[in-house]
Amino acid sequence: MGDLMSDIEEKKYDVLIIGAGAAGMRAAIAASDEGASVCLVSKSLLGKAHTVMAEGGAAAALGNADERDNWKVHFRDTIKGGKHLNNWKMAKIHAEQAPERILELEKWGAVFDRTKDGKINQRNFGGHRYPRLAHVGDRTGLEIIRTVQDKVIHQENIDIFMECTVAKIITEKEQAVGALAYYRNNGNLVAIHAKAIVVATGGIGKAYRVTSNSWEYTGDGHSLAYLAGADLQDMEFIQFHPTGMVWPPSVKGTLVTEGVRGEGGILLNNKGERFMFNYIPEAFAAETAKDEKEANDWLNGIEGAMRPPELLTRDVVAKAIMKEVKEGRGSPHGGAFLDIANRREADYIKKKLPSMYHQFKELGDLDITEEPMEVGPTTHYMMGGISVNAETGASSLKGMYAAGEAAAGLHGANRLGGNSLSDLLVFGNISGRAAANFALKTEELSFSKGKLKEAAEQILESFSKDKTENPYHLHQELQDIMEMHAGIVREEESLNEGIEKLTELSKRVKNAKATGGRAYNPSWHLCLDMENMIITSLAVAEAARERRESRGGHTRLDYPEYDEELGMLNIIIRKGPDGINIVKSDKKIMPDDLQNFVMKEAI
Amino acid sequence: MNRKIIIQRGEKEDYFMHEFEMESGPGMVVLDAIHHIQANDAPDLAVRWNCKAGKCGSCSAEVNGEPKLMCMTRMSDYDPSEPLVIKPMKTFPVVKDLVTDVSWNYEVNKKILPYQPPETDDPRMLQEDVDRVQEFRKCIECFLCQDVCHVLRDSDMKAEYAGPRFLVRNAMLEMHPLDQGNRLETIKNENGIGLCNITKCCTEVCPENIAITDNAIIPMKERVVDEYYDPLKWIWRKITGKTN
Repeated sequence: MGDLMSDIEEKKYDVLIIGAGAAGMRAAIAASDEGASVCLVSKSLLGKAHTVMAEGGAAAALGNADERDNWKVHFRDTIKGGKHLNNWKMAKIHAEQAPERILELEKWGAVFDRTKDGKINQRNFGGHRYPRLAHVGDRTGLEIIRTVQDKVIHQENIDIFMECTVAKIITEKEQAVGALAYYRNNGNLVAIHAKAIVVATGGIGKAYRVTSNSWEYTGDGHSLAYLAGADLQDMEFIQFHPTGMVWPPSVKGTLVTEGVRGEGGILLNNKGERFMFNYIPEAFAAETAKDEKEANDWLNGIEGAMRPPELLTRDVVAKAIMKEVKEGRGSPHGGAFLDIANRREADYIKKKLPSMYHQFKELGDLDITEEPMEVGPTTHYMMGGISVNAETGASSLKGMYAAGEAAAGLHGANRLGGNSLSDLLVFGNISGRAAANFALKTEELSFSKGKLKEAAEQILESFSKDKTENPYHLHQELQDIMEMHAGIVREEESLNEGIEKLTELSKRVKNAKATGGRAYNPSWHLCLDMENMIITSLAVAEAARERRESRGGHTRLDYPEYDEELGMLNIIIRKGPDGINIVKSDKKIMPDDLQNFVMKEAI
Repeated sequence: MNRKIIIQRGEKEDYFMHEFEMESGPGMVVLDAIHHIQANDAPDLAVRWNCKAGKCGSCSAEVNGEPKLMCMTRMSDYDPSEPLVIKPMKTFPVVKDLVTDVSWNYEVNKKILPYQPPETDDPRMLQEDVDRVQEFRKCIECFLCQDVCHVLRDSDMKAEYAGPRFLVRNAMLEMHPLDQGNRLETIKNENGIGLCNITKCCTEVCPENIAITDNAIIPMKERVVDEYYDPLKWIWRKITGKTN
């Protein structure tokens, strides 16, 4: 192994940012603005990260489309949508700062859809009281990632490593001090010394079979942080988006934007009933339409009319579709019908929802301006993640920060659509700035050769001759376990069984085999990704077992109600000497003025 | 249905054609077939992909000789009795199998003057004034237009010509109602717009249906001509010695 060490390239920076979606790139811009040298590591080519798939928009209380909107209403909607489990400080900072982050994008060249008087237009979305989502048709994520990308490449002091994957975080004296990564194209290793690390790696959706997520979503950041000693929280809360494609099988799970409902689309069962009227939770009754007439009035902009029930929060809509299907009222391929064809003119649909039009036309042989779509729930977003400080994005491990989907807290038990893109910008900025400031006043800690060698050996282990398991097949098995035992509805017994299966599978993952050489070898990459997915999956299942109540994205058939006590605390996942330790956080108390505002009836 | 698929494999210039057989299911796209082969027959088969929904532009390749996004190309569009031949994009150097080195594109982009905002805190733009710009901003950087462009593909003039993708980017910035920059000189010189001979191959392969030639390149050619080849302006420059 002597050669192994001399083959490792070494780099030094103030700040290492892992992940180059909007959160990572926004963090890089902030860190470089503070004067830090920055290394931005991207698992894919720049501009291809998961942000690019976001469709509907970015939520910010600009008040352009409805002047009654302001940060307080946005804050309240976020907390209500998150079923009061949110980190209220994060929700407040997010609602306050989202508008300036969006306006800043415009200065960097973003071109959002416009209002009649030439301002940024805003659209309606689930759980948002007023039209709040800055958008560009149904390709808002592309607009945002391209804008920050064009900014980041012209910043001072940022080196960008494309198609490079961080496989280990190195710690010394309980502090994150760097990472070991591999380049996809040639398989060479690079050690990156950094005084601060921002984890912005996104989600974990690839642990599930039916998902709207890309291959990159393998829980890398969650797992890297956990192994390095940082706390994870809220891992039981996964968002199942109500509208994924259900047919044909090859595209099952692909996202159908909530924008379809925002633009007036309605959900129907196989009897032609607009079933969402039967699923309005009490807490939302005051601001939801009572009947079809009122919902249509709202669509036509008639003052005083309340929002249609299709725009209830995602957890509510997903479970309603599931129930309809279960009770025999589903569409032919096991979903619900989503109809925009009978609600809007064909030209309007093509203008406002162009990629949905193409997606169904090209992949599903269906013209959405003529016929209803078939849709069903799909694994979409991880509310849980690395536990962070609201003001800085600092994790519980010194020197490590997190932002975006990899961080936890803002969204509580359920994320509102549109709050993710704004989350990336707000907390990308905050964490990048804080990481840079920490780095600039911190002495460099070099890491020991021994640790580096150990990490390098682990990364290359799957090439050794005695390995036998096909990583693709292990991945399929993992997805089956997660769908069956930790999916949209959960139960103690099934979770126990799932955890047992995952523990068994994790032993086999250690035996995963990389076939071929180190240059651009997906079998090797998957061996490493599997280690991350199995750790995050175990964290999800353990946390789901521990939360014996139903709330937001977490539904327990054996505990169908809210538990007041559990609703005030988070479940923390921490690495112990024998594996996962589960800890309950302290109870969170929101200040009275904010609490009163949240609890107010319809506003 | 059983299908024969032939994939170009190997690193850099050292390649061979590798034949596979597989069962094709309903609605399957070419990328599904590649994944099936990866999981069962060739675990180290290299392919670049991300979203599998036509939004990221990663899985560009040549399917039966046509530049395509593999995630948006249905297997059922091709005659099942004939083998399907999949090769990497020809215009860029092969890294391995279907993955090419597209880093040149990122280098070109970096040299284009970015958006120059006006000095105002209340930038206003009307929708009808940004429709064209938004058409160009739909680009997902799949680089299929670069792959099919003769100037890059056959003549390999990467040093002289930026290619359709970056003429679109230039056009987007030049037509942005609030942009304060001027890129005509670089469009003419470094980016070599004169090399485009308007065969419209790029427009034909664009998965986002951007009218690359008609809406971006031709108007930019006209602006360059107006600026540099207008006889009155030419005389004015001769007399005054001013470049603009």
